[in-house]
Amino acid sequence: MMAFFRLLARNRLALAGLVVIGIVVVLALITPLLPLADPDVTDTPNRFQPMFSAGALLGTDHLGRDLLSRLMWGTRLSLAMGFAAAVIAAVLGSAIGIIAGFYGGRTDNVIMRGVDMLMAFPYILLALAIVAALGPGLMNALIAVAAVNVPFFARNIRGITVGIAHKEFVDAARLAGMRNREIILAEVLPNVLPVIVIAMSTTVGWMILETAGLSFLGLGSQPPQADLGSMLGEARSALITNPHTSIVPGAMILVIVMGINLLGDGVRDALDPRLKSGALSRPMPATTVDRDGPAPAARTDSLLDIADLRTEFRVRNRVYKAVGGVDLHVEKGECLGIIGESGSGKSVTALSVMGLVASPPGVITGGAVHFDGQDLVGARYEVLRSLRGRRVAYIFQDPQATLHPLYKAGDQLIEAIRTHEDVSREAAHRRAISLLKSVRIPNAESRMESYPYEMSGGMRQRVGIAMALANDPDVIIADEPTTALDVTVQAQILSVLSDLRRERGLAIIFITHDFGVVGQLCDRVAVMYAGRIVEEGPTAAVLRSPQHPYTSRLIDCVPTLGGGQRRLAAIPGLPPVVDRLPHGCAFADRCDKAQAECRAGSIALAPTEPARKVRCLFPEVAKERSA
Amino acid sequence: MTGYILKRLVSAIPVLLGISVIVFLIMAMIPGDPATAILGSYATPENVEKLNRDLGLDQGLVARYFIWLGNMLQGDFGRSFALNRPVLDEVLDRFGATLILAGTSFVLCSLLGIAAGVISAARQYGVADKAITFVVLLGISIPSFFLGMMMILVFAVQLRWFPVSGMWPIYGDRNLGVLLEHLAMPAFALSVVATGVIARLARSAMLEVLRQDFIRTARAKGVRERQVIWRHALRAAMVSIIPILGIQAGFVLSGAVYIEMVFQWPGVGRMLVDAILKRDILLVQGGVVFIAACYVIFNIMVDVAQALLDPRIKT
Amino acid sequence: MSEALRLTGLSKSFPVGKRLFGPPRAMVHAVHPLDLDVRTGETLGIVGESGCGKSTLAKMLVGLLPPSTGQIEIEGETLDNADPAIFGKRIQYVFQDPNSSLNPRKTIRQIMEVPLRKLHGLDRAARAARIQEIFAAVNLREEFLDRYPHEFSGGQAQRIGIARALAAQARILILDEPVSALDVSVQAQVLNLLADLKTEFGLTYLFISHDLAVVEAVSDRIAVLYFGSIVEVGSAREIFANPRHPYTALLAQSAPEVGRPIAAPENAETELPDPLSPPVGCAFHERCAFATDRCRAEKPVLTADGADRALACFNPLPGPVSR
Repeated sequence: MMAFFRLLARNRLALAGLVVIGIVVVLALITPLLPLADPDVTDTPNRFQPMFSAGALLGTDHLGRDLLSRLMWGTRLSLAMGFAAAVIAAVLGSAIGIIAGFYGGRTDNVIMRGVDMLMAFPYILLALAIVAALGPGLMNALIAVAAVNVPFFARNIRGITVGIAHKEFVDAARLAGMRNREIILAEVLPNVLPVIVIAMSTTVGWMILETAGLSFLGLGSQPPQADLGSMLGEARSALITNPHTSIVPGAMILVIVMGINLLGDGVRDALDPRLKSGALSRPMPATTVDRDGPAPAARTDSLLDIADLRTEFRVRNRVYKAVGGVDLHVEKGECLGIIGESGSGKSVTALSVMGLVASPPGVITGGAVHFDGQDLVGARYEVLRSLRGRRVAYIFQDPQATLHPLYKAGDQLIEAIRTHEDVSREAAHRRAISLLKSVRIPNAESRMESYPYEMSGGMRQRVGIAMALANDPDVIIADEPTTALDVTVQAQILSVLSDLRRERGLAIIFITHDFGVVGQLCDRVAVMYAGRIVEEGPTAAVLRSPQHPYTSRLIDCVPTLGGGQRRLAAIPGLPPVVDRLPHGCAFADRCDKAQAECRAGSIALAPTEPARKVRCLFPEVAKERSA
Repeated sequence: MTGYILKRLVSAIPVLLGISVIVFLIMAMIPGDPATAILGSYATPENVEKLNRDLGLDQGLVARYFIWLGNMLQGDFGRSFALNRPVLDEVLDRFGATLILAGTSFVLCSLLGIAAGVISAARQYGVADKAITFVVLLGISIPSFFLGMMMILVFAVQLRWFPVSGMWPIYGDRNLGVLLEHLAMPAFALSVVATGVIARLARSAMLEVLRQDFIRTARAKGVRERQVIWRHALRAAMVSIIPILGIQAGFVLSGAVYIEMVFQWPGVGRMLVDAILKRDILLVQGGVVFIAACYVIFNIMVDVAQALLDPRIKT
Repeated sequence: MSEALRLTGLSKSFPVGKRLFGPPRAMVHAVHPLDLDVRTGETLGIVGESGCGKSTLAKMLVGLLPPSTGQIEIEGETLDNADPAIFGKRIQYVFQDPNSSLNPRKTIRQIMEVPLRKLHGLDRAARAARIQEIFAAVNLREEFLDRYPHEFSGGQAQRIGIARALAAQARILILDEPVSALDVSVQAQVLNLLADLKTEFGLTYLFISHDLAVVEAVSDRIAVLYFGSIVEVGSAREIFANPRHPYTALLAQSAPEVGRPIAAPENAETELPDPLSPPVGCAFHERCAFATDRCRAEKPVLTADGADRALACFNPLPGPVSR
């Protein structure tokens, strides 16, 4: 609760809204106590007094009534109407929505058909029909506005409830012996409540406008009582001669509704958990670069050389050092594996190469990425763009999400070709078909016309690979390309990749958490832990005799097929969170060989054997392992 | 596609029936003798008796509904006692004016709203975004009837750019130029709220889409940023924007009631308000059913547009 | 040896293309009628790829989904009314995603208390004592009790999920991919904990996973599921070392293994059949190198092969001698 108010207070506009609404509400509450003229006493000789006249600060209306007094009483009435309508609509609508969403099936179907019928009316028609039947009047207008808004709440809350009713914790509650009614009240409602509050706070303003609107038409509050809408309605005939009688109530409505809307947006933002993590930001075309110090020179003359790369995520006042100084290089035609657990920085390293780390919150803060001799960190966007897909291409993890859902597979391939090459559509079409054939997609011609949703996961990933190959790149960066796939499909995809690599002399950076895959595919492997490389070397050597304790223990705790039923050698503890990295070795807390000096200061990635490096003061003694 | 359209048209039948039931039930809530309510308290006994016969008012609720429905299906929406002419004639006469006003506003708010939303999202937290966000907030907070009145004060009375009210001048030619002159202010005032709502939703839909993996894929392919925004992202965002357009069309139609009052526009909205104040029940009933039916048809077109855009729907 | 669970003719089909009234357009058979026994005190592994029906099967066992046909016998008693609250005392469930299985708006204590109160009607003091006991068993500190789920890492959250299942005092646990959402270094911790709890409380496990190596490491026996049917059951030690059903063999060869060269394990670039138009005969025949006309016409049934193995195949691979 406190956190909620802190978040709300941080949003200056919301705070302004809160202040405005606070003042208006307080004034409305104390109106009966203020020394105001009676709002309903007519004084025709003194009609249409201008503003700031004696005895009437805001002047008088067409019947000589004091405008200030009428404004205060009208505000009171309008606020009460708006809030009442919002509460009634929210309670009824949410109840209907929760019941429909939770029970589903026929209950849901029948209720939602009814709601759809109500929503098939332009809302005012329904309100007008209700008022026509019940007769003009304040209460009837209130009923009409509330009734018209019930379907909006019902539909909104139903959607949220459906999502929650399918969460596993609801199943768990059932298994723990809870009944449906208890589940609705104790499990579902607390999760729906913030959404109800958001929906209410963003619609109160709207409700005030609607009730004012009905009064404006003469269908709401009846003379002599007036809310802001009917004041405006009565003033309309004197609009041109005495505009101030219109402007006063109109401006008040504007101020109230604007204040409520500002506050409502603030409430929404404060309650939306995604906003706290900065996840509602839109990623920029290229990752922001904020490099302090000069760019390091390339350490090798390899095709791709990453030197001391640092990438951070800046979320509010926290800094997550996802990549904390990575050196890597890939030769022409070589396959480099990067292995690590989630959060180790392996994907961020890969995405940093072409500036594809989502930014905000990602920032590249140091290092260089030399491709073909040119530093890409901080390169102009146009330089990056022309290299993306043409010389360095990516394959991503989840083929369901990485292809555009609304374009045909063929069109996406053709786009990839024509982005970098000025060829006719027909030529591109032909090439796309041959690309699909090269990744062994059966019936390539007809697959060109398929949408991603019509294909299986394996087929989609083949399309993803074909797209990466479209411009004959030099390097392919594959970010866990088989993790989302079933093992038999994974085997198919790996064999496609392996063949393509040999045929085309591709360099591949293959990111995975699976030693088996690395062992089968990669020439060299780099092991990452907490944003740094802890060990690097030829795959066979690293897997046979790992030198870093982390590598060694990680290999031990992953079961391999053929080992039979057994107890696994678990690593105690958890990987460190990268916004609070310890001094020295990040693995020290989980390592049974850790000494005081391991925690003293940073440890270098030092060569041990030809082509092997390890970041450890006490590397494992070479022991032959049974591979 | 034709199959889909047919299916949607067929599925509209229960909705239309539902609408007629809802309107009928609401109107059945009128307290007192329905014939007196419809004809007013000065009706002659003969007229009351005739009406009772015609509408089956002396029969049960269900029977009355089917008589009413049957009459409507034959094009007989009843007779307005205040105007002394058939309801359908009056509604049709007025509907054209509303269609011109609401249609123009709808096109205006769709184009402006989507463009503003896309630009706002593409430049999130930039100057353009902040400016658009502020204007949009102002737009959704101002009552359209108040905005209309202020526009009359400024642009018609002070600056004399546009006529104060009405659809046609009292004397003189009726041509397109004159119409546009009269249409400009009401159409704009009517579109402001919907533009704001569409812009906000378009912005958040775009932000949602821009975070998706397939946008990263497009960028990784080297697609130009303009294409990423206007082709890849907007196409995907339209899937959630189009239903909003359908809902906003209803709001534009609703707002037309106020705007028609303010600008003396001779449309159905003003007709309905007058009818309610005069307790001309049959005119209200007929008008509401007619407009709601038109809105249902419009929403079918929205669904078809959605299906054209999203291949996943077409089943 | 007694049976903890006995399933006879258990199946589940879902309607697709529902209408408001009248029958649905088609039925998808997620689980074909199957018989399976789980012995008291054993760990039975169930492996299969996505869409093979393993989660549907698991949900039926705890009463979260009513079966379409067949019956479930738990510890010798038939429970045919699908009421999770009655199932709950005998059989519990550990969910795949530890974060989605804990209500984000309840403290861990509130979550832990529900089964104790609802299933066992314990009073406040008894509940506190029991929670303390369970938390000690799963190596969780008691100070966690007043925190909310989002404050925990995946591994800790999964321990809490296990603790909740233990609180119901059921003797059978369904573990539905309990470690696949966890990082490899944490996986082993949870697997070892599960093994310890099993000895301590004398539990019976049904361990469902897509990861062959994990299933092999924890199970006594393994059942291989393909397209809603069990195609092979055998001892964990033997089944992947000497697979007899061609699908089991394909699975075993597809698992990435250090040192084995990459080669496509099957020539056809095919995947799972379409559930809306299921193949006639053996569901695997399109991907099978040994398929004959009989496989394309007739569906093989699961039969014991004399040794500790049962399989559903007309042309099984030869026994252990071949490897």
